[in-house]
Amino acid sequence: MTEPSAQAVAVTRTFGHFVAVDQVDLEVRPAEVVGLLGANGAGKTTLIRLLLGLLRPTGGEIRLFGEPPSRSTRRRIGYVPQGLGLYDDLTPAENLAFSAAVFGAGPAAASLPEPLRPYGTTVVGSLPLGIQRTAAFAQALAHRPDLLVLDEPTSGVDPLARARLWETVADAATAGAGVLVTTHYMDEAGECDRLVIMAAGRVVARGTIPEIVGDAQVSVVESAAWAEVFGALEAAGLPAALVGRTLRVPGAAPDAVRRALGDLSATVTSAPATLEERFFELTLSADTTQAQP
Amino acid sequence: MTAPGVSTRDWWGTEDVCVRFGSTLALDHVWFRAEPGQVSAVVGGDGAGRTTLLRCLAGALAPTSGRVRRPARLATGYLSAGSGTYPDLSVAENLAFRATAYRVPPETARQRSAELLARAGLDKVTGRLAGQLSGGMRQKLGVIAALLHRPDLLVLDEPTTGVDPVSRAGLWLLIARAAADGAAVVLATSYLDEAERAHHVLVLDAGSELASGTADQIVAAMRGTLTVTGTRPAGEAGRRAWRREGHWRVWDPGAGDGGAVRPDLQDAVTVAALARELAGTGAERESR
Repeated sequence: MTEPSAQAVAVTRTFGHFVAVDQVDLEVRPAEVVGLLGANGAGKTTLIRLLLGLLRPTGGEIRLFGEPPSRSTRRRIGYVPQGLGLYDDLTPAENLAFSAAVFGAGPAAASLPEPLRPYGTTVVGSLPLGIQRTAAFAQALAHRPDLLVLDEPTSGVDPLARARLWETVADAATAGAGVLVTTHYMDEAGECDRLVIMAAGRVVARGTIPEIVGDAQVSVVESAAWAEVFGALEAAGLPAALVGRTLRVPGAAPDAVRRALGDLSATVTSAPATLEERFFELTLSADTTQAQP
Repeated sequence: MTAPGVSTRDWWGTEDVCVRFGSTLALDHVWFRAEPGQVSAVVGGDGAGRTTLLRCLAGALAPTSGRVRRPARLATGYLSAGSGTYPDLSVAENLAFRATAYRVPPETARQRSAELLARAGLDKVTGRLAGQLSGGMRQKLGVIAALLHRPDLLVLDEPTTGVDPVSRAGLWLLIARAAADGAAVVLATSYLDEAERAHHVLVLDAGSELASGTADQIVAAMRGTLTVTGTRPAGEAGRRAWRREGHWRVWDPGAGDGGAVRPDLQDAVTVAALARELAGTGAERESR
């Protein structure tokens, strides 16, 4: 059995009295893509900073490739932060050359990948966002990292460009890198081999999408008068999600929904929950069982 | 350009609109319709033309050619991308300012602010400076400010970008409420799962329409067939393939045979973008 690329064992991190990460276990093995999901404040960014060695845990242990985080483990990590981590005043080629030099990766790592060549002489700050992302990915991958950490990698990118970025991620995993990626979009969770869901500093679910969703159900309301139905559900304290002309109500059984609708004419059925709906359930129940800071 | 005297049950939108910035055609003969009581989504990546279209609808930009049908300025609510609130004003001050600017009577403004803030879960932070709110809270405040005066047309530029799923659900409650109250809601997004929730979708790419209609209509209009394989196909077919959920989807522009999968909105839009890319018309994707 190979060493995990990254491992957190019962890791806790506090800031003053605030427990940002609470007894978290997490493992990213070589060649697998692990998705980290959570609402803002769930502890994802703190966990990533712990894994990168930018923060020390208050309790528990972080291991990268079987060792404690150090400069030598950092060399084996590629990281794309939310803000992309590029120098706006440098061209993609200059960014890449600088990063290759920092990582001691040699001139081969500084060669510009094909899709970026037309933009080689434009400063990053004046490039379209999609091209900036491609450049950030190229920079993170240039030194052939064994662990790739991506913080919301595809925000604001069109669907085809997003599929292309995910190809890059999958190629890195196929080549043997462990990948840890955070996202706010449940569509992207489908690109991951496994998911870890955090809420209020803790891991509240882990596994594949079918394992996490399980047999959770939502109520689905169809009605010609969706606006009235929406109002009635809201008045009954059952916030509904509008999807086209149907309304989906998580956490309420069909008969409770029917009661809330009174005389309104509507068809109420039950349907398997989506990952997003299951995510809400997990997040909201974690928030109510734990006092908020 | 504004059509005075049209009834609120009429539609808003653009007819054959072009917008040119210097040598760049930011919008290329765009037709778009937003109906009262419905949510319409404008989808595209960076540089697709979403913001330009929304600015035309909000009356913040005049088109180079074509016609914009929009209500009077005071009947329009607009949240621009990435701002829309004053960071140095408190939550309550932001809304009070907006109410004055849009001539909402003070008592109405007070009641409606209280109701919307409670609905969005912001009623405990009315004294906090907008600059000190979390990203999700700030976006909710921006949307509330834009719909405070019950506009006939509500234009929201990327209200949910970078917002976590819980805040996004809260934003959608506000958006659905505005549509349920009869507003024509237009929102820009780069996410198709979000667009799929709208009544009507316009997909833009490099300033022109890539697809439009209901999500079902866009899927039904997809040409060719899709197959799924475990590995990326070799040769020319590789250019018509993309990765999705651990497998490769391969688009065959012809009728194809066997092993076809039913496409969804994401597939249909990806295929439309691929078709354009392969035809070479998408080669000029510069946007500025």
